[in-house]
Amino acid sequence: MTELTNLGVKAIRDGVAGGDFTAREVAEAFNTAVAEAAELNAFIVTTPDHALAAADAVDAKRARGEALGAMGGVPIGMKDLFATRGVQTSAASHILEGFKPEYESTVSQNLWDAGAGMLGKLNLDQFAMGSSNETSYFGNVVSPWRKAGGANTDMSPGGSSGGSSSAVAARIAPAATGTDTGGSIRQPAAFTGICGIKPTYGRCSRWGVVAFASSLDQAGPMARSVEDCAIMLEAMAGFDPKDATSLDMPVPDWEAALSADLKGKKIGIPKEYRMDGTDEEILKSWEQGKEWLRDAGAEIVDVSLPHTKYALPAYYIVAPAEASSNLARYDGVRYGLRDLPDGAGLQDMYAATRAAGFGDEVKRRILIGTYVLSAGFYDAYYTQAQKIRTLVAQDFANAFGQCDAILAPTTPTASFPLNSLNEDPLTMYLNDVFAVPASLAGLPAMSVPAMLNSDGLPLGLQVVGKPFDEQGVLDVGLAIQQRAEFEAKPEKWW
Amino acid sequence: MSSYRIQGATGEWEVVIGLEVHAQVTSKAKLFSGASTAFGAEPNSQVSLVDAAMPGMLPVPNRECIRQAVRTGMAIEAEINKYSRFDRKNYFYADLPQGYQISQLYHPIVGEGSLHIEADEKAGIPEDKVIGIERIHVEQDAGKLMHDQHPTMSYVDLNRSGVALMEIVSKPDMRSPAEAGAYVRKLRSILRYVGSCDGNMEEGSMRADVNVSVRKPGEPFGTRTETKNVNSVRFVMQVIEYEANRQVDVLENGGSVDQETRLFDPNTGTTRTMRSKEDAHDYRYFPDPDLLPLELEDGFLDECRASLPELPDAKRARYETELGLTPYNARELTAEVETFARFETLLAATAKGIGKPEAEVATQVANWALSVAPGVMKSLGEEANPAHATAEAQASILDMQAKGEISGGQAKEIYEIVLKTGRDPGEIADSEGLKQVSDTGAIETAIDQIIANNEDKVAEYRGGKDKLFGFFVGQTMKAMQGKANPAVVNQILKDKLG
Repeated sequence: MTELTNLGVKAIRDGVAGGDFTAREVAEAFNTAVAEAAELNAFIVTTPDHALAAADAVDAKRARGEALGAMGGVPIGMKDLFATRGVQTSAASHILEGFKPEYESTVSQNLWDAGAGMLGKLNLDQFAMGSSNETSYFGNVVSPWRKAGGANTDMSPGGSSGGSSSAVAARIAPAATGTDTGGSIRQPAAFTGICGIKPTYGRCSRWGVVAFASSLDQAGPMARSVEDCAIMLEAMAGFDPKDATSLDMPVPDWEAALSADLKGKKIGIPKEYRMDGTDEEILKSWEQGKEWLRDAGAEIVDVSLPHTKYALPAYYIVAPAEASSNLARYDGVRYGLRDLPDGAGLQDMYAATRAAGFGDEVKRRILIGTYVLSAGFYDAYYTQAQKIRTLVAQDFANAFGQCDAILAPTTPTASFPLNSLNEDPLTMYLNDVFAVPASLAGLPAMSVPAMLNSDGLPLGLQVVGKPFDEQGVLDVGLAIQQRAEFEAKPEKWW
Repeated sequence: MSSYRIQGATGEWEVVIGLEVHAQVTSKAKLFSGASTAFGAEPNSQVSLVDAAMPGMLPVPNRECIRQAVRTGMAIEAEINKYSRFDRKNYFYADLPQGYQISQLYHPIVGEGSLHIEADEKAGIPEDKVIGIERIHVEQDAGKLMHDQHPTMSYVDLNRSGVALMEIVSKPDMRSPAEAGAYVRKLRSILRYVGSCDGNMEEGSMRADVNVSVRKPGEPFGTRTETKNVNSVRFVMQVIEYEANRQVDVLENGGSVDQETRLFDPNTGTTRTMRSKEDAHDYRYFPDPDLLPLELEDGFLDECRASLPELPDAKRARYETELGLTPYNARELTAEVETFARFETLLAATAKGIGKPEAEVATQVANWALSVAPGVMKSLGEEANPAHATAEAQASILDMQAKGEISGGQAKEIYEIVLKTGRDPGEIADSEGLKQVSDTGAIETAIDQIIANNEDKVAEYRGGKDKLFGFFVGQTMKAMQGKANPAVVNQILKDKLG
């Protein structure tokens, strides 16, 4: 019998439904794999009982002949940014350590309603701020991948959804939720050789997701195939009246409509993404990607996104500005950490609590955000950044006049060793240079594994689609997947 | 025209006043959450996850609050902005769970409008005046801190956290405490007519930030101070009086007025510095990214407009022109929602009972409603049961009076009994003998007797001493024990005395 932990979402769902194995067997197999993979530090909290209870419910349904749901019997990892009732929801921060919400996020509830179970809460960069998973209060996640001949150096799984990418790549979870504010699904997916899609802004409810930058935050699935992403995104998405920015549109049946036939489709190649400092092997994978899409019947066209170079600076104004305000609620008054020094007044309590509760990167972004919103600087920074955001979105709108989807690298480099970039925040920020424009424009965007580089590390290709056209993105992703035949998996060392 | 001036050592000073009135929107739920807004509940019993700013919670605008703000804007003839937006005002305080207040700085929902205040010589308002309104925006209220529950700690009650407020910002168009008082009263009246705020200043449903500056007449505006959270009309006027005089003193002693935020102490009637401009917060306003811009559709605006009641100015004009009431009565009756509502119910019932058009009985009903009925109620004090003051009972009394069945004095007596007991007025009139005698036979008999007994006075009267007529009336009424219909008595006396 196939090792259950090698199976993805579709295979597990169909296998459970078809009686090849029970949901409980699947949950037990993954619970064991999770328990054995503590060295990856992918989970902050494990919830084997949750996975088993959900599995038993699915098995019972099957026994009664009832429908099992789109994710029936699939245990998943839940990024620890989603509120889960009665289970610690920390955003990988000290300030929320021990916080157990009395509510369930809309996205996680949707997944449970679709028959999924929870293996545990996945590690991440603190408050989703980071690109390497090194800012977590609970220690960095380690990628299951290692450089060929790299003397067993621990590599970054990417961030902020690094627990998700590591767990899915290591086969200790068939799929996981992620959130993407400026590349936090796509970059870690690329680093670990898996798929991840950020849908159009508003597809997935933000209700119950710890906020980083409200106008950018979007949840999405991370899994090992395009089909699995389609299935899981369908379960996660949907209009939610509790989120005023939620899209009031029906959720299409993306899985059923998947097609790798790109005849008649035009794929745009943005010339501005050919940046100085981009790894040669990344550029090579991009060329390869064009070939694959041509092979799938698409026409490759050059497009221009002229404001691309301003996107990253604009992002690092807008996102910290929103974060500085969103994180004001962590003040020690109502929940979470409270540091009340002897004789302290209210202001002292705020200062002590927030000094102790937030990590360096979070503090850095709160400071940046506070600065750019200050009187006298607001127009120079925030207003300008919003204008750039409009121009970036306009760039995409113009490009989509000439093409159906855009192909680009996901990241400018492959994964890097842990602790190699954290002295230099700007270099770290640059890792999201290709991911951020689609975030600013609110567009659906996906990373699909393309190949291994000469170090034996995965490289991803990014597909960006028109607003609401997740189908188009998934179809291009499927065409790449079928031609890349990416079968590589990290050798188990943990 | 007499203007309000402060007499300083260096001459006359003019006071310039602008008011920011915070009015709690009448709605069952808060501005961005479904929690209840009822006053006086147990602390923290009306707090949703959103109000407590739990992680991942999101605001969703409450349509009814938006509707009430729009209706209020329409009632002050203001421009309604079909596009508006919510902004975050960021600051830390224990009564502000989110660490920011959701408000509208850049694009308020209501733009410029105006409000009329009427001349009132007695109150010191020489002529009618239009006070400009700059804007109305909607925003969240904060929670409440309680410092008297524990020796070293403060308690937080979040029941008010997130309740919808309208901030109604006037232009600096007022020039005296009296004008400011009239403005607040008029605004309160409009809000209550519209039903968008209960106007209850004691419960904090309405409070004002009072901006005051002084200048020599004709000179540019001086530096203003802002006194926060003043919660009665009288206090608003006190603040202005005190602040204006204080500022004049400062200026005449060679000082300058600091632009600052001040607090009012109702016990002393004075204000003191709360924070100076240097300590002013940098609120770091920016558009709330959790909320999309508000775009109002024509259908929604039409519905808001159609739902507006007749407003105070229009009602007052109608009372004068259609009902023929005096300007004083019209103003008094239209000032408060309860007053006009009682009047209109009573007017309708009375007109129906008597079978005459409303215009013909309006003056009688107005006098009753404004002076007679409240007078009786007041004289009875605790003995009166207001529940007995029904329109039916009062209409029935007015009906009897109009038909001459009872006198004005009897009407009062009957109403006293009604208020105490709730008995039927007609039944009271019958059983208590509170009826006028209009029976000409009985009155004629009494008059014949009086004429027979006072032949000398009859001769004097007939000789030209007209004043004696009153004597005969008095004698007749006395003989009739006060129950004769005066009109009938007069008529018969005139006939008989010739």
